[in-house]
Amino acid sequence: MKRTMENQKLIDIRNLVKRFPIGDGSFTALRGITLAFAEGEFAGLVGPSGSGKTTLLNIIGSLDTPSEGSVTVLGREVTHLSHREAAALRNHHIGFIFQTYNLLPVFTVYDNVEFPLLLQKGGAAGRKKAVMKALEWVGLADKAQSRPAQLSGGECQRVSIARAMVKRPQLVLADEPSANLDADNSHHILRTMKRLNRELGTTFIFATHDEKVMHYLDRIIGLEDGRVARDERIENTTEDDHPPASGEIGGSELPGEEDFARP
Amino acid sequence: MIRFLLKGILHDRHRSLMPLIVITIGVALTVLGHAWIQGVMGEAYTMSAHFATGHLKVMTRAYADEQGQMPVDLALTGSSGLTERLAAEMPEIDWAPRIRFGGLIDFPDSAGETRAQGPVAGYAIDLLSPATREPGRFNLPEALLSGRMPRDAREALLTHDFAEKFAVQPGDPFTFFGSTMEGSLAFYNFTVAGTVRFGSEVLDHGAFIIDLTAGQQALAMQDAAGEILGFFRSGYFDARAAQRLTDRFNSSQPAGTDEFAPVMITMRDQEGMAQLMDYTNAIGSIMVLLFVVAMSVVLWNTGLIGGLRRHGEFGVRLALGEEKGHIYRSLIGEALLIGLIGSVTGTLLGLGLAWYLQVVGLDIGDAMKASSMMVPAVVRTQISATDFWIGFIPGLLSMTLGNALSGVRIYRRDTAQLFKELEA
Repeated sequence: MKRTMENQKLIDIRNLVKRFPIGDGSFTALRGITLAFAEGEFAGLVGPSGSGKTTLLNIIGSLDTPSEGSVTVLGREVTHLSHREAAALRNHHIGFIFQTYNLLPVFTVYDNVEFPLLLQKGGAAGRKKAVMKALEWVGLADKAQSRPAQLSGGECQRVSIARAMVKRPQLVLADEPSANLDADNSHHILRTMKRLNRELGTTFIFATHDEKVMHYLDRIIGLEDGRVARDERIENTTEDDHPPASGEIGGSELPGEEDFARP
Repeated sequence: MIRFLLKGILHDRHRSLMPLIVITIGVALTVLGHAWIQGVMGEAYTMSAHFATGHLKVMTRAYADEQGQMPVDLALTGSSGLTERLAAEMPEIDWAPRIRFGGLIDFPDSAGETRAQGPVAGYAIDLLSPATREPGRFNLPEALLSGRMPRDAREALLTHDFAEKFAVQPGDPFTFFGSTMEGSLAFYNFTVAGTVRFGSEVLDHGAFIIDLTAGQQALAMQDAAGEILGFFRSGYFDARAAQRLTDRFNSSQPAGTDEFAPVMITMRDQEGMAQLMDYTNAIGSIMVLLFVVAMSVVLWNTGLIGGLRRHGEFGVRLALGEEKGHIYRSLIGEALLIGLIGSVTGTLLGLGLAWYLQVVGLDIGDAMKASSMMVPAVVRTQISATDFWIGFIPGLLSMTLGNALSGVRIYRRDTAQLFKELEA
């Protein structure tokens, strides 16, 4: 059963300020951000380097805490979460996709994708099914036993997407996911993510300044000097608007709810 | 998760191979070093005990004060009765009366005139009794290089180097000149039965061994002995038991100033043995401690470098929802596993090398030619029960401690900081 988009607030950010200590003083990275994200959004934080995109993404992902203000993610105020609670939130509900993929190099593709499920302590049979399904989504089922060093950059990023999606998170945070990829591979992974967003209802939030990513976004939030400079919704951008690139990836039918038990 | 961690250890050589090599080498050296010290000192102690000190020694008070001079005039009289009494009171000890003495040997030519003379140290021990264990203590059957063992009181063994120096063969006669117990001139004819080499330069330089009865006759010491040596029947010196027996014996002797009254001392109380034993034990402990400290420092650094190298991995694992505490615990678990494998491998390697040196030995005779210490020419390691844990436990602990300390740095770091390092 495919999930439908709902306009419920998944993330609620109010008057968020983030300061980093520098010497005797501090540097303010975010200055009074107020934003909300609904379930199923495909949104991007865009802006130049130093505008606060990654910092905001880290706070949403409960990897960092606000200096002031409140950030509620999936009904949990991240400011008050303990290490354990923050880890549980990330493990069960949030997926991460990194610019440099950050796959664990000594493990196989299968092991990398399986890792988030190992932390959930599920059964081996269920894990195997989930991992293979996730690899099928990104068209890498045949590379399950390969090591990251044996894959191209595009393939590594697709493994990273499979790893983020294998636990069926409600939210995926992607920090410059296309920065290290050429145009073809960038389109491949963006089309994959767009499809996952549309068919599974997973919320995606990007931090990017890549024009190619922006073409896929439903919502663009411009950040400048730690403030929201613009927040606009784009109605007509879908994966169908973009030409299929050579060597189409994935193609596997996306799994239904019965394939994964969300914790 | 355990399978995941094991895969990481097996596939990431930087994580496992370097620490494994360090631990294996460190543990092996610790085991070998300990076995070496035990072997060398153990053989030196054994040799000293067998040839000179015994585990216990009974002599007159006056002899005890000057025993370095081998003063036969201060010997124990009525030694056979005293030996029987000691054997009855202390059955766990094997008692052996001996006479150590010095003198001159005269080798005659075919006409019976003096051909050559040389100074010797003499040992009169029980060579001829059927149940005697003295030849074994002097390792005579193995040390015999030419000729045979003495069959009567007129036959003697000469050290081989001494015999060679004076061109003496088995069967040749010689005359011993010395001083009797009463202080008059002693001279006594012997025949060379065989020549021996003990492997100790001090002894091989010039010594001869005769039966106790021959010594008593030659030195006019009927029913007398310079000293009565006692040996634990187990073969091993037990300092506490020796002290207990000594206290008991000495307290049973009449108080007073009779300088010919018997007195018992332990091996530790003789010729600076206590200091030597304490010194070598301390040196042994220091050597092991140095190995352990050096190993811990290296492993700590290895852990730190490994930890720094793995910041990226830790960042990913945090992002994927693993708790910091779990990462830290897994780090310790990995360290324990690697430490265990390295310690087992190192202990086996160390024991293997120690066993080889125990069997084959190492010839240091040339290096010890000028030494006056009673040290065997071929030194060997001695494997003891301690060797099974002396490297193992420090190996395991240093690896775990090294990783625990380096891991604290990771544990205390902000999640966001680790994550930034991941992105850097």
